Amino acid sequence: MTMLNGLIFAPEWGFLRFALLIALVLSPALGVVGTMVVTRRISSLAGASAHAALGGFGLALFLERVCHLNWMTPSLGALAGAMLAALAVGLISMYAKEREDTVIGAVWAVGMSVGLLFLDRTPGYVDWQGYLFGNILLLAETDLYWALALDLVVLTPAVIFFPALLAVSFDDMFARLRGIRAGAVYLGMLALTALTIVLLINLVGIMLVIALLTLPAAAAGCFTSHLKSMMVLTGVFNTLFICGGLVLSCFLELPSGPAIVVLAGGVYILSLMWKKLVK
Amino acid sequence: MGSGEPIIEIKELNFSYRSTEPVLEQVSLTVRAGQSGCIVGPNGGGKSTLLKLMLGLLTPDSGTIRIFGKDPVSARRSIGYMPQYHQLDAAFPASVMDVVLMGRITPRTVFAYRKSDRTAALDALAELGIAELAAKSFAGLSGGQRQRVLIARALAGEPQLLLLDEPTANIDPGAEEQFYATLDELRKKMTVITVSHDLGFVNRQTDLVICVNRQVNLHQAADFSPQAIDEVYHHHVGMIKHDHSCFCCCHHEEMAQ
Repeated sequence: MTMLNGLIFAPEWGFLRFALLIALVLSPALGVVGTMVVTRRISSLAGASAHAALGGFGLALFLERVCHLNWMTPSLGALAGAMLAALAVGLISMYAKEREDTVIGAVWAVGMSVGLLFLDRTPGYVDWQGYLFGNILLLAETDLYWALALDLVVLTPAVIFFPALLAVSFDDMFARLRGIRAGAVYLGMLALTALTIVLLINLVGIMLVIALLTLPAAAAGCFTSHLKSMMVLTGVFNTLFICGGLVLSCFLELPSGPAIVVLAGGVYILSLMWKKLVK
Repeated sequence: MGSGEPIIEIKELNFSYRSTEPVLEQVSLTVRAGQSGCIVGPNGGGKSTLLKLMLGLLTPDSGTIRIFGKDPVSARRSIGYMPQYHQLDAAFPASVMDVVLMGRITPRTVFAYRKSDRTAALDALAELGIAELAAKSFAGLSGGQRQRVLIARALAGEPQLLLLDEPTANIDPGAEEQFYATLDELRKKMTVITVSHDLGFVNRQTDLVICVNRQVNLHQAADFSPQAIDEVYHHHVGMIKHDHSCFCCCHHEEMAQ
């Protein structure tokens, strides 16, 4: 009980309360995007996008410090890298008929390597480990506003175009025959996924962001057979996993990103077992 | 029969993927109102390609294809299409009603479907005798039930032409008779074109047998003979005459090996 009291009132836990607040605010967007990533089977594409974010991050930091482009912030670079990678892979798989998994692997590795090379040549201290594995101490008030903006940007099209989202995710060819612009819906999904990835990076880091986009939705999928309820449950699971993992990491002095992901993975395995037993 | 308006009219069509060997060569074929057809032929012979051309998903290299006198893309609204269901994610979280409603979607469908869409979807389910499945999860159905749901989705758009890709591939044993009866009912209302590599499906009610093996040969079902099948498959085909609705049944030699 004293722990809980401390968590709620103690001033030294302020950063944790703030991280929990951000997790809560992010959950609607994570519910929708996580469900899209899992049902549309784009988790490896999301992984490539997250790693390409490091490329953008490194390049932006290099430009900021070496070329003195002050408007070029690392977050902007990460966003550009993640977005570019997601849309490029999406377009290549739609039009170029290349092997999608090869393209994904290439973007994944090259994106990350470009980032590490630029970081190596960037003078001054760079907390790239925090970027890879997440550092909730890096969270700032602006992250809260970004999280609110993400909810708006994700939920608005998801609510308006829900029938098209469902139809395209289930069978894009059929949706196309009914006049739906399936390609545009797909690219929209990818853009929202990339945006979400960049905002998640501060919480869990590049390496683990993919886990947060897939594990809660995969666990939620064990309990529901409707896309809408899967989105809601994915949002709830995300909040539980992030908050649970953060609290555990603070009290057991563990790194926060891995604590969140291991908790999510554990619940996913239990959910699978529940599904096998009940159905 | 056979004197109505042309529903499908293909003239001297050629098609190849990229610059490889032709998949379809000099295909001409007319299906008229009141007729129904079954596309048969060996795997890789071009059956699915022909279907995709009719849907406007592929464009011919040369020749013309008209559906209801229009180009296939403009005619899509009048076409109901059922893909092979193994192309779909079997674990996708959607109810049967969700899936059938997809047959009603238009670019103007926002927020949710209208009441009229729901009524049409329920009617389509009832037509296939599976109205009681509406609230069930699509992922939990048997193969045959899923097949019916996908036909209901195609019907929900109130098409005049129904294209069914391998509708009998996953039918539950014992449910075949009922399924054929359902298709016969549909044939009375609209033009139904089915694709099948299983000649057992060539039904008495099918007027045209469209044999596709790079080239296309048309047969009236009544004339469909063992020789005609040999011509398509280029090898001996064992035939068993069915006493019920099936016209004939075949076993590929390669299957026996």
